[in-house]
Amino acid sequence: MTLPGSILPLKLVDLTYAVDGQKLVHNLSLEFIQGPKTLILGPNGAGKSLTLRMAHGLLKPTSGKVQWQQRHPQRHQAMVFQRPVMLRRSAAANIDYALNLKGLGKAEAAELRNEVLAKTGLSGIAARPARVLSIGEQQRLAIARAWALRPQVLFLDEPTASLDPKATRAIEDLIETIHAAGTKIIMSTHDMGQAKRLADEVIFLNQGMLSERTAASDFFSSPRSAEGRAFLEGELLL
Amino acid sequence: MKMNRFSASLLATLLILSATIASAADRYIVVASTTSTENSGLFSYILPIFTEKSGIEVRVVAKGTGKAIRMAQDGDADVLFVHHKPSEEKFVAEGYGLQRFDVMYNDFILVGPDSDPAGISGNSDITAVFKKIGDKEALFASRGDDSGTHKKEQGLWKEAGIDQEAASGTWYRATGQGMGATLNAAVAMGAYALSDRATWIAYKNKGDFTISSEGSPLLFNQYGVIMVNPEKHPHVKAEDGQAFIDWVLSKEGQDAIASFKLDGQQLFFPNAQ
Amino acid sequence: MNDFSQAFSLSLDLIFSLDARLAEIVLLSLRVSLSAVLIATLIGLPLGAALATLRFPGRRTVNAFLSSLMGLPPVVVGLVVYLLLSRSGPMGSLGLLFTPTAMIIAQSLLITPIIASLARQVSEDLWGEYRDQLTSLGCEPLRAVPTILWDGRYRLTTAVLAGFGRATAEVGAVMIVGGNIDHVTRVMTTTIALETSKGNLSLALALGMILITLSLTINVATFMIRDQVKGESL
Repeated sequence: MTLPGSILPLKLVDLTYAVDGQKLVHNLSLEFIQGPKTLILGPNGAGKSLTLRMAHGLLKPTSGKVQWQQRHPQRHQAMVFQRPVMLRRSAAANIDYALNLKGLGKAEAAELRNEVLAKTGLSGIAARPARVLSIGEQQRLAIARAWALRPQVLFLDEPTASLDPKATRAIEDLIETIHAAGTKIIMSTHDMGQAKRLADEVIFLNQGMLSERTAASDFFSSPRSAEGRAFLEGELLL
Repeated sequence: MKMNRFSASLLATLLILSATIASAADRYIVVASTTSTENSGLFSYILPIFTEKSGIEVRVVAKGTGKAIRMAQDGDADVLFVHHKPSEEKFVAEGYGLQRFDVMYNDFILVGPDSDPAGISGNSDITAVFKKIGDKEALFASRGDDSGTHKKEQGLWKEAGIDQEAASGTWYRATGQGMGATLNAAVAMGAYALSDRATWIAYKNKGDFTISSEGSPLLFNQYGVIMVNPEKHPHVKAEDGQAFIDWVLSKEGQDAIASFKLDGQQLFFPNAQ
Repeated sequence: MNDFSQAFSLSLDLIFSLDARLAEIVLLSLRVSLSAVLIATLIGLPLGAALATLRFPGRRTVNAFLSSLMGLPPVVVGLVVYLLLSRSGPMGSLGLLFTPTAMIIAQSLLITPIIASLARQVSEDLWGEYRDQLTSLGCEPLRAVPTILWDGRYRLTTAVLAGFGRATAEVGAVMIVGGNIDHVTRVMTTTIALETSKGNLSLALALGMILITLSLTINVATFMIRDQVKGESL
């Protein structure tokens, strides 16, 4: 089901990423459709981050294909990284920079920036240098910057991994807001609780391979794969 | 944004600075000359007199005679002002220069340490002195730079029958530098050195060095001036260059040379005809 | 040791008497070296940043080549520029030999590789940090060059200062292409060489002390301005 103008569905076809002959992602085939918040779950080294990077176009797969539905899919997606990358300028200028790259004029960019700063609760710190903000504020700013681009798809790679619970909560609320506004969320995490709170569907990766793909409600009650089960129990046992 | 304004104002200052200094003087000639005329202070004394009279600035590039001649051959100077007659005559004969004129002379001297290791002090027979230095293998510092002084020194070794090049690196030390730098080396090593008298008198780092030998007719040091041939190098400033040569050879120019004194001593003796 | 105390008091005398000859030489030194730094910066910084962000075949060779050019001997640069600008050389008709312009050209050639190489190192660090994010935002490697230069501006001042230090300190290139002409191309270092050869060791040393002081002042001032501005904008 392709909506007019939408870059979705995204298809990963037989995606493989290898370093020195060792396959870190194995022949992965997945399809992402408009709608549900998709959480990619798995232990460290499962290939979650590599998969997101290949899907977003930051990494070239060793073999296989990433297929979008439009000619210039790059313009309609954005990504938030585990560690926020802040340019050495003010919080507002960080957003302006991204909008400028997209070709927006000054006035238009300022309007959009102020709107997104307000929605993310960052208006008060707009003028401060981005790199002196707390790590939680930086990550919120990174999300604001991504959101300002009005992406159809937002990739998030363990966005709360280095944050305290309060900051994590703020980020999760933001993700819900962005999703509610119509953006497809594809996010990796190794935090079970977070997956439970956010996921509509779960993709479970282990050692670079797809173990299972299940609706969230089913995954947490009765995972179908042995790896998924072990992971759930392992987490619970800790 | 602050840095922007900072770098912009820096840029503006630089551009203004370059523009103002660059347009300072446009009527000038380049004279290729020797280190002795420059280092002794002769040019700083006589050139302002000429410039004031003619409005022509004289830019002196001081090198050894060999390099100065090469520079003039390449067309990088308007006037040649050096001191090795055979090379100068060759320069004119090959068509690089118009005509050679005698300007002035002084003389070469041999300087050495007070201790006088070769036992030559006061001996004015320069050929015998060079032979003694060679025989005793006393340290000798040579320009070794194809300058007029170097060429003169090579002639003196030949007269004395000494193959000094064979001893290069042992008692014979070629510095490959200008007169002053070679004197510095000589003083530091306690080596004899041949110098023109003007540079020696003006030289400030004599240490315990004195004149060991002087007065031989062989030590005569004649300076000549030559206009670079404009037919070889059309950009040569023939008119202004000739004005300079005319002035140096005139009574006024010759008087200026004679009146240049350092520590009460006259350094150059005008002898234009 | 007497030379040192003599040189020290002589240098103080020269500075505080505002000696006109000294001022002329110092100003020319600054004009030549600052112009060379300006040119080398305009070429070297974007070049260095581009080498950090662009990926092309032979990139490592280019980088190694550029690094080795950091150690270019000034006399060799001087000689090459001399031969180019000589009336008998390919650019002789410009009539630039023995002018401050020739000195600026030689020093620019000398320090562009230094500034470019150091800029590349700073830019590589920064690009390592920014690459994924900027690529994600749709920033092409060449478009990233101004971003890298702007964001690395404080660290890049060190590269520019290194170039400035090299330019003010060298004597080999300016001596050859400038000819050390009194009032025209005589700068600090060629004056020091000249006074040394005249045996005026104290005066030469005094000039050396002034040169070092000048260079130190400019460095300290730059760092102070840098930290001041940085403090306000970060």
